[in-house]
Amino acid sequence: MSEQSTEAAPVVAARGKSLSRRRVMTLAGVGVAGVAGVAAGAGALVRGSDHAAANDAAAGSVPFHGEHQAGITTPAQDRLHFVAFDVITKDRARLIALLQEWTAAAARMTAGKDAGLIGAVGGVPEAPPDDTGEALGLPPSQLTITVGFGPTLFRDAQGKDRFGIADKRPAALADLPHFAGDALKPEISGGDICVQACSNDPQVAVHAIRNLARIGMGVVSVRWSQLGFGRTSSTSRDQATPRNLFGFKDGTANLKAEDAGLLREQLWAQPGDGPDWMTGGSYLVTRKIRMQIETWDRSSLAEQEQIVGRTKGSGAPLGKRDEFDEPDFAAKGDDGQPVIAETSHVRLAHPTLNNGARLLRRGYNFVDGSDGLGRLDAGLFFMAYQRDPHKQFVPIQTQLSRHDAMNEYLRHVSSALFACPPGVRDDADFWGRALFA
Amino acid sequence: MRTTRFIVPAAAGVLVVAGLAGCGGGDDKETKGAGGPIVVKATDTACEVGTTEVDAGQVSFKVTNSGAKVNEFYVYAAGDRVMGEVENIAPGLSRELRVELPAGTYETACKPGMSGRGIRGALKVSGTAASVAPDAALSQPTASYQRYVTSQTAALLTKTEEFVAAVKAGDVAKAKALYPVARTYWERIEPVAESFGDLDPKIDGREEVVEEGMQFTGFHRIEKDLWTTGDISKDGAIADQLLTDVKAIVAKANAEKLTPLQLANGAKALLDEVASGKITGEEERYSHTDLWDFNANLEGSKAAIAALRPALEQRAPELVKQLDAEFANVEATIGKHRAGDGWKLHTQLSKTELKELSDSINALAEPISKVAAVVAR
Repeated sequence: MSEQSTEAAPVVAARGKSLSRRRVMTLAGVGVAGVAGVAAGAGALVRGSDHAAANDAAAGSVPFHGEHQAGITTPAQDRLHFVAFDVITKDRARLIALLQEWTAAAARMTAGKDAGLIGAVGGVPEAPPDDTGEALGLPPSQLTITVGFGPTLFRDAQGKDRFGIADKRPAALADLPHFAGDALKPEISGGDICVQACSNDPQVAVHAIRNLARIGMGVVSVRWSQLGFGRTSSTSRDQATPRNLFGFKDGTANLKAEDAGLLREQLWAQPGDGPDWMTGGSYLVTRKIRMQIETWDRSSLAEQEQIVGRTKGSGAPLGKRDEFDEPDFAAKGDDGQPVIAETSHVRLAHPTLNNGARLLRRGYNFVDGSDGLGRLDAGLFFMAYQRDPHKQFVPIQTQLSRHDAMNEYLRHVSSALFACPPGVRDDADFWGRALFA
Repeated sequence: MRTTRFIVPAAAGVLVVAGLAGCGGGDDKETKGAGGPIVVKATDTACEVGTTEVDAGQVSFKVTNSGAKVNEFYVYAAGDRVMGEVENIAPGLSRELRVELPAGTYETACKPGMSGRGIRGALKVSGTAASVAPDAALSQPTASYQRYVTSQTAALLTKTEEFVAAVKAGDVAKAKALYPVARTYWERIEPVAESFGDLDPKIDGREEVVEEGMQFTGFHRIEKDLWTTGDISKDGAIADQLLTDVKAIVAKANAEKLTPLQLANGAKALLDEVASGKITGEEERYSHTDLWDFNANLEGSKAAIAALRPALEQRAPELVKQLDAEFANVEATIGKHRAGDGWKLHTQLSKTELKELSDSINALAEPISKVAAVVAR
């Protein structure tokens, strides 16, 4: 609970100390009871205006330390800034030092504090501030920062063991196969290390990535990054199912934080799965999926619903009434054809057709402006966490890439795979400690 | 002791370093070396220095260039801090360098073609003459950097004169060859030059920064004509004005006394120039000679840091180590793109190569941004 004393201090002892940018500490979903009392008074001063209780929760903080990394089963926040880095140093010690520095900065930022110990405005006038400042005055906004390691961190393209960790590369981190129709751009695919920053405030998410990228200069280089708005999945039963840019509810059948048994079975790497350093971690697949928005919008409602396999309004499986009703894949219509088409997305992706494989999806909508032809450069930044991508994502995507009627409106332009280690336990722990031990 | 070291360009372009306070007028004073100047025989491939051990105090060198390339001669202290240098030694000519050297180990360097690390040799200086005052760590940098600025402005003036002459003679090929060379000296001291706000846009302004009612003049105007139409027949007046402006800025720059804090900020500003204008190819959009500027900015930044080195070594030795490593990294990275005595064109580099350069500059600029606070405290 050192967080508590630090948070209590700034108003009184800000001089020469880190100036907490966010004195608003309110009741978040879980685990922040320790700081709630402190915040009540100070928070009102800063915000100056009334927020509903629901907004207070959305503004609160998510604990950084724990058995698993935050940002996976954490109820999906509204905004994403995701970045993939190339490691440009050959020096193992520098890489480890960076991971330690990053961990410390992330612990501070997720608690609503500045990235560095001095802060955005706490230093001498001649020095550049060790925090970039755009989140000053903003609450933590449930910021989570989640890190993963890509296959190329272990061995480079020539097969060289880059940092003496090649023998610790999990089998589950083997490269994804080529899927039918993949139109991947190498410059926005892959990466040695990923950082996922999710928050209910886009400025807070961008602030986190920007400061980590800055801290990493000389050790890592940004390979690609992606902004996302509008979560496309719910990861908790408390959340309503959101819609993707096709206008359909997305993530109805997602793995959710409450499914403890399923999470063990489907989400977290278990003892004996692979190298010990990954136990309690999870594998992340990202796919940037461009949607052909304009042609989709011209297709009939009936065609859209046939392609998805659900109704557009309620999200119920075709032939059923409610969103959470189980789809009946055996049901046939008056014409003798399946009510839910053989080529529908919901059928092809369903666990019953994929050996029970499930995913914890955590994707976001994106619009990267327009494409110069007057079309929205838009789609889904798909993100899915799982215990073993080669038993889960790969068979599902193999099905989809071959048969999904939706493919006509989709193009996969980026792909990446990362091993996200277990949670950072305490102040002495850091991302990758067990991997580099 | 603060203002006792300065440098004046002598009539024949020989740089004369006046000694410490008491020896101020000692232009004809005997050196404490081996009696008479140390003879340096420079060629395109060799740099023979008459002796490698001298006594502390004022040391003079006579550098003769018998090669085919224009040469330079430097005396470096640790971290490539420039103790003294002569620039622009044309083939067949001799130049003299006098430099005040306390006991210590140094390096001499000839730079045929005026580029790269040069041909290095060791120089050991022993004895106790010319002891440096204990507070000198911060009083020296400005004098040390002033030497650098003066040597650069002298060469800038010479090369601009040659460039202007070629433009006025209508010699397109010669003007194109001289363009990036003249700009090298400009780019090395750009933050100093830029501090004279009204002159900088006239000399170095790009087409888009020209405001209404102002003419597009200077280096980049002539660059555009040289590389787009090849027609410089109407650029005589612009060339004359360029030379007038360069002369004015040289006089101002030589008179300018920079504080250590200004030096630190200048070192960073030069890398910002690289990051914002050269990596992108914006600066030399017609000639694509951005890498010449890139390297010149880098050298200028290094010279400013080198001048601050004694203070930094006292106050932030870890930062010095980091800077040394990152300077070496940038030099190695840009070194891959040499072409003869110059550099590849910006357009010849792949996106991956440009990103590698960008990464190396970022890695250096972050620690350099911390120097100012160290100097200021």
